[in-house]
Amino acid sequence: MPSSSYSSDEEVEELPYVPFSQRPEWSDVRPVPQDDGPHPVVPIAYTEEFRDVMDYFRAVYVARELSPRALCLTTEALKRNPGNYTIWHFRRLVIEALNSDLIEEKLFVDKLAEGNFKNYQIWHHKRWLAEKLGPEASEDEHDFTRLMLCRDAKNYHAWSHRQWVLQKLGGWEKELDFCNELLKEDIFNNSAWNQRYFVITKSPLLGGLSAMRDSEVDYTINAILQNPNNESPWRYLQGLYKGTPDSFIIDERVPRICLQVLKEYSFCTFAWNLLLDVLCKGLKPTKEIEEAVKGLTESDESGSSDHNLVTRICSALERMDPIRVNYWSWRKSNVSINC
Amino acid sequence: MEHLRLSGAYWGLTALDLMHKIGSVKPDDVVTWIMSCQDKDSGGFGGNVGHDPHLLYTLSAVQVLAILDRLDALDVEKVSDYVAGLQNEDGSFSGDIWGEVDTRFSYVAICCLSLLHRLRKINVEKAVDFIVSCKNLDGGFGCIPGGESHSGQIFCSVGALAITGSLHHIDRDLLGWWLCERQCKDGGLNGRPEKLTDVCYSWWVLTSLILIDRVHWIDKDKLSKFILNCQDLEKGGISDRPDNAVDVFHTFFGVAGLSLMEYPGLKTIDPAYALPVDVINRIFFQK
Repeated sequence: MPSSSYSSDEEVEELPYVPFSQRPEWSDVRPVPQDDGPHPVVPIAYTEEFRDVMDYFRAVYVARELSPRALCLTTEALKRNPGNYTIWHFRRLVIEALNSDLIEEKLFVDKLAEGNFKNYQIWHHKRWLAEKLGPEASEDEHDFTRLMLCRDAKNYHAWSHRQWVLQKLGGWEKELDFCNELLKEDIFNNSAWNQRYFVITKSPLLGGLSAMRDSEVDYTINAILQNPNNESPWRYLQGLYKGTPDSFIIDERVPRICLQVLKEYSFCTFAWNLLLDVLCKGLKPTKEIEEAVKGLTESDESGSSDHNLVTRICSALERMDPIRVNYWSWRKSNVSINC
Repeated sequence: MEHLRLSGAYWGLTALDLMHKIGSVKPDDVVTWIMSCQDKDSGGFGGNVGHDPHLLYTLSAVQVLAILDRLDALDVEKVSDYVAGLQNEDGSFSGDIWGEVDTRFSYVAICCLSLLHRLRKINVEKAVDFIVSCKNLDGGFGCIPGGESHSGQIFCSVGALAITGSLHHIDRDLLGWWLCERQCKDGGLNGRPEKLTDVCYSWWVLTSLILIDRVHWIDKDKLSKFILNCQDLEKGGISDRPDNAVDVFHTFFGVAGLSLMEYPGLKTIDPAYALPVDVINRIFFQK
């Protein structure tokens, strides 16, 4: 097993490291080394400093010492290994026992999170803290996730945390604006599209999906026009009609956006797919749709029956999107069932 | 990484077993070490010796013992009580006593209890209800209700639904399409729209497609080529994408993905339990 993959020295301090054995405040403690046994499985190459900190951590952990010096020790240990969930657990026990300042703790965790923004344990610790701090923490937590999302707008943990804060501690007022902002920066951001759906369906301030559908359809159509080869808004558009298949078929904006995109991007598979979906759900093909299909297929199939139309779209998609040829071929075989 | 060593053992040993090389491991030593990772009070396993118990490592422990055919080392009631005790009122599972909820933990709990023949200790219906509440408009699943669909979370949700006989809750065509759209021009799979391809999604996406009978919707040849391109042909191992550093996590998922596509010379892997099929057969079909 390559040991370099597991070397775990994440040195942050600029001062030279002082071994615990040389720190007078720790002179009463006997370190507890890790016992890997004679034939360690998946052995890990530790640095001396890491080993030293962990040996002393094990000592306080085994002794269940919930003291201020134990808190400092967990700080040192977590800076070196922020993924170690046992240290986080222990730290929470210490914080509760000492009734530590939670705002101070928040500052520590937020600082650590900035360098480790995909770390499950840190995000969970933040959640634990925020729950203790209550609704007053809501604005701070939103500011923090905003900062994280500035660096990585698709950070799954940050979005998860943000959703949790909204539902537990509030702050819905500016959330749709936040989605707008992120989508303005990157219209391809699927996480922001997901958050948008989350807000319009769950926000107590907006009236729910049926109230928001009309304006959201317009918003999504504009997004599609900005860049049609973008998976997210096409799915989002279809999702807006969830639970109301009739409005999906009668809304003229649906086939219109497909045809508008296809005039310029005749190989846009998302546009063809949506047109296929709405035809299969019962939309009567217009002359314009028939013309568009006639324009792209090489088929010499005669007649313009609805069945024939959707079959030709599927055949074209098999050619346009060869990596998914089996999917489009299945859609074609399904046409007689669905249309 | 020392806190997740037990998972490292699972990745490494399962990969070895898939490649018919498990014989090089001394089972007794491994079993002794695994059992020393168990918390005697709760019955759960920590990621390494001296670590707090957690669902993730409890599953890894059970999986490794299963591969070594040493499940007899366990006090099955104690371990399964630990797992079952982490189910919440709404059917979800927490990873440990600190309460983090995620569909990952639903999968881990259900997989673990199923391997121990103790699914009856949890409220399966509520567990399924929670997972279904995490289903999104695109047919996929997130970590919590409303969470963005993500291939890893989808595997966990689909796997859990498969094990509990609840796949009828899935719109297979809709999800199948979302999953096959994960295949990019380089042949690899990504985890979400507009993200980079990564070898580990060869597992998460591929198993999900297999479990819902839609794997023919991706181009398996292109995916195989992508995984093989992620090998380090000098030092061995597989990385997340070509020319990056290898690690045991991606090596396991690359090998597992190739096994799912019947790459010659590899043992078959079970898509729901993520263990070799002969191990699963031994657990479920042998007296």
